[in-house]
Amino acid sequence: MKVLLALIGRDLRLVWRQRGEPLIGVAFFLLAALLFPFGVGPDTDLLRQIAPGIVWVAALFAVVLSLERPFHADHEDGTLEQLALTALPLPLLVLAKALVHWLTSGLLLVLAAPLIAVIYDLPGELLPVLLLALLLGTPILSLLGIVVAATTLGARRGSILIPLLALPLFVPVLILGVLAVEAAASGLPARPHLLLLAAGLLLALPLALLAGPAALRQALDEG
Amino acid sequence: MTGFAARDLAALRGERLLFRGLDFALPAGAALALVGPNGSGKTTLLRLLAGLSRPLAGEVLWDGVDIAGAAEAHRARLRYVGHLPGLKAALTATESLAFEARLLGAGAAAVTAAMTQFALAPLAALPLRVLSAGQRRRVALARLALAPAALWLLDEPVTSLDAASEARLWALCGAHLAAGGRLVVATHGAVPLPGLQRLDLADFAPGQAAAVEALS
Amino acid sequence: MQRYANPGRFLRLADAILPWAAGLAAALILLGLYLGLIKSPADYQQGDSVRIMYVHVPAAWMALFCYLTIAAASFVALVWRHPLAHLVAKAASPVGAGFTFVALVTGSLWGKPTWGTWWVWDGRLTSVLVLFFLYLGHIALFTAFDDPRRGQKAAAILALVGVVNLPIIKFSVDWWSTLHQPASVFRLDGPTIHPDLLWPLLVMGLGFMAYFLAVLLVRVKDEVLSARLRALALVQAGV
Repeated sequence: MKVLLALIGRDLRLVWRQRGEPLIGVAFFLLAALLFPFGVGPDTDLLRQIAPGIVWVAALFAVVLSLERPFHADHEDGTLEQLALTALPLPLLVLAKALVHWLTSGLLLVLAAPLIAVIYDLPGELLPVLLLALLLGTPILSLLGIVVAATTLGARRGSILIPLLALPLFVPVLILGVLAVEAAASGLPARPHLLLLAAGLLLALPLALLAGPAALRQALDEG
Repeated sequence: MTGFAARDLAALRGERLLFRGLDFALPAGAALALVGPNGSGKTTLLRLLAGLSRPLAGEVLWDGVDIAGAAEAHRARLRYVGHLPGLKAALTATESLAFEARLLGAGAAAVTAAMTQFALAPLAALPLRVLSAGQRRRVALARLALAPAALWLLDEPVTSLDAASEARLWALCGAHLAAGGRLVVATHGAVPLPGLQRLDLADFAPGQAAAVEALS
Repeated sequence: MQRYANPGRFLRLADAILPWAAGLAAALILLGLYLGLIKSPADYQQGDSVRIMYVHVPAAWMALFCYLTIAAASFVALVWRHPLAHLVAKAASPVGAGFTFVALVTGSLWGKPTWGTWWVWDGRLTSVLVLFFLYLGHIALFTAFDDPRRGQKAAAILALVGVVNLPIIKFSVDWWSTLHQPASVFRLDGPTIHPDLLWPLLVMGLGFMAYFLAVLLVRVKDEVLSARLRALALVQAGV
């Protein structure tokens, strides 16, 4: 749809004009992951073991901090209500926002993750599994995350509320993502976990496209 | 019944009943001015008419059909300019209007025409961030000139506008009405348009008993 | 449009049911405690500390049951717009959170003498911990908005998203825990449980449910009356 592409194009252009923001998200991702060795000691065996978990937890935090970007600014300057009045159906609006969010957070984390893998001395053959898991899991985080963001539009303490609401919902993605890498590390197939992540993504799509518009309608219905 | 009408509308904002039993009928080519003190519900009513909110009671009808059941068709026929600019501060005037045009299926020629309508050419390449409130409002209003629409809903459009821009706005509205369009405008000031209807929201303010009953 | 559909009727109904629910709750819980703490046998391994399960297990059941109640109420509220449904969801949340907390604490107290630690990363216990945070988020949403009705609607949407995620969370946490801890920790599933142990559990479970109903009625009544008071206050302020 031309309108959908126009919206995605505009949002990407806006993010590019403020490209500091997604880059700060990546920096936070790296920083969070780099703090752990200071906390648990530089024992390479231990770090190698906990590396997948660290990457995933840091990814969750980085994503959660970027969830205000898709809707809150639009809500504040009135562009959200303008978008709601266009020919674009709300589910497609939510899809567009999720896509732009993933392109400017999840995807960047996938690209930055190898840096962390190197520092934690993660065995090279595990890296593809980790990246594939992140590639499948981060879109789920974007989809569920923007639903949470949409429900908190106009809330008084939105920035604290979003992590509280989103992180419990993210737990399954975290678990499956880490299990995939750990399976590969023990010589077991990672496929079942990756397939479950893919299934989760297929489930998250209709859920987000149903709940997201409902949340947006509530946010716009200020009466 | 053809045309745009409201029947027995009631609306809440927060837990306050703003108005009830509100009716009007607006024929083609006519304008309706919403008047009333601040907080009386002008913005809420406009949002109801746009279909952004749902009323507590009553209906908004277009050609006898409740807009709640035909939301997409209703969206396609209206333009809404609210309190908030509805524009991205990081984009330039041209980019904003070009984006709006793409959403409406209008071309580049429409963008140029709209900018000329509000004398925006000198500001074209500036990001909205650096424009004054009045200039930003002109860009927001320029949207109206991009493509025709049957219904315009304007919430205090002349705020921050200088006299020349205000005159341009009313000229544009006049042309819209002459072409058979309808206009509902919330305003504190004068609306120099022919055949203007007035709706005073104070006339529909609820009595004490009704307010309590509606909320409990 | 139903505005607190017949609150008068609801209030009368609540007043009629309440004493029965409260009485039933008290009776069943006392009976359950007697059966569990005194009459039922001690475990040959764990001794008397197994008796904690008579509070822990029903509390865990209620933690889930309350969340399902909230989800159902949220669904009714969003689809049929019945205003009382929002209030039921709002009223049930802290009670459900309370049961969840009790389940967690009793689980912890049970764990200490049995496995020597205050916390065990058992699949079930960990899922309940995540559920606790779902409750906290739900409660937070109601007070997060200036307009209470907006808070109700936001909470309803997230409750439904949460309930869809709940089995997924449970499944993934269970899988995570079994892959990391091959030995199963809690062993009291289903039909293998001895009737002497089952009866107190069921009685406690029913007692908790009656308690939930009683507290729910009290809290919803409170919400309805508060809404009325707020409306009166606003009107009298001439607003």
